[in-house]
Amino acid sequence: MIFHKCDRTEELKVIAAEIRRQVILSLAEAGSGHLGGSLDLADIFAVLWFHTLQHDPHNPHWEERDRLILSIGHVAPVLYASLALSGYFPVEELATLRKLGSRLQGHPGKDHGLPGLEASTGSLGQGLSLSVGLALGAKISHKECKTFCILGDGELQEGSVWEAAMSAAHHQLGNLVAVVDRNGVQIDGTTSHVMKLEPLADKWKAFGWQVVECDGHDHQALMEALCPAREPHQQPKVIIARTVMGKGVASIEGDYRWHGRAPSKEEAEKFLEELQHVSQ
Amino acid sequence: MREYQILGHADTRSGFGEGLLAVGKQNPDVVALSADLTDSLKMDAFAKAFPDRFIQVGIAEANMMSMAAGLAIGGKIPYTGTFANFSTGRVYDQIRQCIAYSGKQVKICASHAGLTLGEDGATHQILEDIGLMKMLPGMTVINTCDFNQTKAATIAIASHAGPVYLRFGRPKVPIFIAPDMPFVIGKGLMLQEGNDVTIFATGHLVWKALQAGVILAQKGISAEIINIHTIKPLDEECVIRSVQKTGCVVTAEEHQRNGGLGDSIAQCLALHHPTPIEMIAVNDQFGESGKPEELLVKYHLNTPDIVAAAERVVGRKI
Repeated sequence: MIFHKCDRTEELKVIAAEIRRQVILSLAEAGSGHLGGSLDLADIFAVLWFHTLQHDPHNPHWEERDRLILSIGHVAPVLYASLALSGYFPVEELATLRKLGSRLQGHPGKDHGLPGLEASTGSLGQGLSLSVGLALGAKISHKECKTFCILGDGELQEGSVWEAAMSAAHHQLGNLVAVVDRNGVQIDGTTSHVMKLEPLADKWKAFGWQVVECDGHDHQALMEALCPAREPHQQPKVIIARTVMGKGVASIEGDYRWHGRAPSKEEAEKFLEELQHVSQ
Repeated sequence: MREYQILGHADTRSGFGEGLLAVGKQNPDVVALSADLTDSLKMDAFAKAFPDRFIQVGIAEANMMSMAAGLAIGGKIPYTGTFANFSTGRVYDQIRQCIAYSGKQVKICASHAGLTLGEDGATHQILEDIGLMKMLPGMTVINTCDFNQTKAATIAIASHAGPVYLRFGRPKVPIFIAPDMPFVIGKGLMLQEGNDVTIFATGHLVWKALQAGVILAQKGISAEIINIHTIKPLDEECVIRSVQKTGCVVTAEEHQRNGGLGDSIAQCLALHHPTPIEMIAVNDQFGESGKPEELLVKYHLNTPDIVAAAERVVGRKI
């Protein structure tokens, strides 16, 4: 099944549900991986890949394409599902996730030749710098393409994110959009318990970014938020997207223990039923 | 034997600066990033000639390395410029994940390497950088010996596919490589043919090795002197061919023994042609403040040390 670009929330809802379904199936098949964040990003990825991003699954190397850097590489399953459902590679290949010889590495690995993948990521705190480099390169070359970077909220505890944030504003990268997956949880517990981030919007504002806060599961709000900042300010833009870890599977929603777990086959069946229930 | 003439004196970092300007003129995809050390790295001329392709990142080396990788994804050929310690140890994970893992076209240009940084002392005198970089799969590691070689290497690496670590230094040292000598990545450079011992030298110690060769000749020892500017990939064929003739080896470098040129040559010879070897290198120590020449004497990286090592190793031949 392949989906095409759309701008209707009804269609995006169907696509997000299918992304979640593929995330659960591929992780259950893999037997390890990160379910919680992969599920909570499904709405953001549905809007990005099927509405906002200028890209061509038949021509992955198209020079003018928008780029997406998944700084939180551990949620690779949501990226892989989005790429497959866009038509970059067969959906059946999702079943090879994390297996020997697969193009779908546990964290995205560019060396393995997966079409549509822009960079190897997973060591936290580096993706925004990669994105700044991409956006600055496009600006130097007078290209219209935009760069999108998906950050975790716990990841913002890495100091190098703020080096990157400072440089994006300094270089006036109006072609850069960062999305913070603000699910409020990380491996050791809640972000407020482990290392508090608030006032988060003020931090980004102080670093010279235009800040939009929105519901990370509201497709209409995301479509509006994800367009880059407008001239003349040439400010980079960050969307602080409030999400619920595990979104779509009620029995695990908000439970940080699902950050780094994959469902068993039995759990996956139960989760798919819950998902079905929500989609109807 | 051939006597090398001193063509002048200059710092290798100035060779980098001239090379960067030249390669910038040749290739519009070349961009340069500086972490607040533009003047120290002699990148000013590039910055002035190509202000749109010169990127100041401030004192934020981690950001610089991953930014460079992002620029490479978008089709640029980024040259990063800072001191060798900030180019490697400080940003090892960024280089490993963002640059080496994906084989990015990033050129990591590292100045002020080794003891000859001098008075600033051990905090800034990195002696482990070659080892750190050569451990990374697919990373090419180059350590140049004079102004002309550094300039030629800076130009050559732009058209070399994949990541490169280019190491050079701060002090003014003799220029002895001809300005038109082609720089061939991965090829040992025969400086002087000989029969009794091979001296493999890199970086600032190449000139010291040539001086040692003159003294050894007076003592009746015919030294073959080969400049290994590319430590990885090592020119194994060149190493083995020479050693088959001479039967013993001295390595000379301004780096820790662990992880350096000597370690690479010893590995090659242990696997393919076991041979007596002596290593001129720093052995598990940090440096200290002092003049470059004083430090080379104190840490036994000087011409007499190479001569003594050659005499020792010749005596170990079976």
